[in-house]
Amino acid sequence: MNAKNLSRLGVYAVLGIAAFFFLAPLYVMLATSFKDAEQIRSGNLLSLPNGLNFESWTLAWSTACTGVDCRGLKPYFMNSVLMAVPAVLISTAWGALNGYVLSMWKFKGSDVLFGFILFGVFMPFQVVLLPMSQVLGFMGLSSSIAGLVLVHCLAGMASTTLFFRNYYTAIPRELVNAARMDGAGFWRIFYRIVIPMSTPILMVTLIWQFTNIWNDFLFGVAFSGADSKPITVGLNNMANTTSSVKSYNVDMAAAIIAGLPTMLVYVLAGQYFVKGLTAGAVKG
Amino acid sequence: MAASLHIAGIRKVFGKGDKAVEILKKIEIDVAPGEFLILVGPSGCGKSTLLNIIAGLEEPTEGELKIAGKNVIGMAPAQRDIAMVFQSYALYPTMSVADNIGFALEMRKVPLEVRQKRIKEVAAMLQIEHLLDRRPAQLSGGQRQRVAMGRALARDPQLFLFDEPLSNLDAKLRVEMRAEIKRLHQISGITTVYVTHDQIEAMTLGSRIAVMKDGILQQIGTPDEIYRAPANTYVAGFIGSPTMNFITGQASGTRATGQFFFEGGALQLPCPAQGAVTLGQRPEHIHLSDDAAWRGEVTLVEPTGADTYVVVKTGVGLVTVRTPPSTVVKVGDQVGMTVSAHHNNWFDAQTGLRLG
Repeated sequence: MNAKNLSRLGVYAVLGIAAFFFLAPLYVMLATSFKDAEQIRSGNLLSLPNGLNFESWTLAWSTACTGVDCRGLKPYFMNSVLMAVPAVLISTAWGALNGYVLSMWKFKGSDVLFGFILFGVFMPFQVVLLPMSQVLGFMGLSSSIAGLVLVHCLAGMASTTLFFRNYYTAIPRELVNAARMDGAGFWRIFYRIVIPMSTPILMVTLIWQFTNIWNDFLFGVAFSGADSKPITVGLNNMANTTSSVKSYNVDMAAAIIAGLPTMLVYVLAGQYFVKGLTAGAVKG
Repeated sequence: MAASLHIAGIRKVFGKGDKAVEILKKIEIDVAPGEFLILVGPSGCGKSTLLNIIAGLEEPTEGELKIAGKNVIGMAPAQRDIAMVFQSYALYPTMSVADNIGFALEMRKVPLEVRQKRIKEVAAMLQIEHLLDRRPAQLSGGQRQRVAMGRALARDPQLFLFDEPLSNLDAKLRVEMRAEIKRLHQISGITTVYVTHDQIEAMTLGSRIAVMKDGILQQIGTPDEIYRAPANTYVAGFIGSPTMNFITGQASGTRATGQFFFEGGALQLPCPAQGAVTLGQRPEHIHLSDDAAWRGEVTLVEPTGADTYVVVKTGVGLVTVRTPPSTVVKVGDQVGMTVSAHHNNWFDAQTGLRLG
């Protein structure tokens, strides 16, 4: 075996270990979710389930109890959908518009403004919890899904603006000038010329925002009411509900259900994610 | 529909206070309807800024700008009825060639049928009919150039602006497209302002040339005027290839018996002034002559096919001489040079301004 093959083998070994490291928990979760209580108690953590038993999945989805409420994860899942979909769309559109203005329609102080917006990317969200809850109270949006949508739009705006602004900076100015001479205005240039060129960064931002908003626990636990808890909070409460026997299989199924949408988004749009992250200057 | 262009006292200042930079200093140009005006100069001379001001993409600090007699300062680019071809072509990457050409018409709410007819006409004019369904990324450089021109032609504007449109093409294609632009101007008769830093483009395309440097208009005139009677040493050196030879020395005597002395030689030439002057002599107006008094050593022989350029080292530096290709000289030869009393360009040695 020569040196080249040896180094190739080393690379595969490292990759294999990394893959095992990240896939092992997923395997344990999947395997456990298909086992019944008896098998969990008696068996090994890594052993294969006896069969595909979907009972704990249906339990987790529709009948598992959180305290005295036994409706499963379904209502929380719906809350998360109602929260994440508008929040992702609004924050992405908002970031695209901000980025468009900050890169192609620069005005006096626009770079300073962009600098301030950047603060939002690095700001720990814990510091805004109290003022934000007051603002929501003033607006009458406390403990509502609409309030959570607003919070996520505000929290995500900084990073979506950053994404779009940096992407649009690479688009030649001449393109905008050409459109201006052709008679297109601010909005027309935005949706006829700029948006059609934005597919990669649009995908990156959508995935990024969806992952962040769907997985958010902090805002969910702080600003939601009894009927507006997102799935992360619902999962936590369900897993922490104490009963005589800990049903690991139901908890595992519930955790996978909670994580499925983000995985789905990656599978559907993941190819654009890498493209978007590596996209350089836009060639005409 | 050809329009006149009137540029008067245009100034452009970037920045404020101590950091203020004056890019354009009181530019005055009048362009007659149907004319092909070239703005030429080195990088940073302000020619592109002036073009952007005409287009309305930038506003002048002060000055007057009229298209077809109508003041356009403060008017949006789209309202000025101008079409522009950009250096990078600036084609819309997500639209087909047909949509690129038709975009300006669409913005002006031209009905679909009229638009499609016009796109076909323009495509035929530029021989790009077979490319109409393609995207810009699928085109070669020359094809993109044609599409960019098609986009400008489509709506039949009052004024055409070109911003160094050929600088991204290879040499052969550049010559081809140069001829194409000239042909299109002759067909359409639209008033055109064309920015370039290439003096050959300037000479071949323009009906008049405006030479700029440091935001100042150095000279404006027909290619022939600029070539034969440059207003100063800058214009003289910028236009023409190989560049004009400059010989600085002392002139004395009257017109008929004029003498011009310089380091390592003297010439009997009538000079319009006395004292320190610079003689500008183009390579084709210096001749090799074995028995001439002014002598030097050949340092370089450049055959170009039609002509051979001989670079001679003299007391006043290197002098380029254009000779017929049959000339037999080699590096290291001692040669003599003569200058006839015609085609002499005299400049003040201090100011560089043309004398007489």
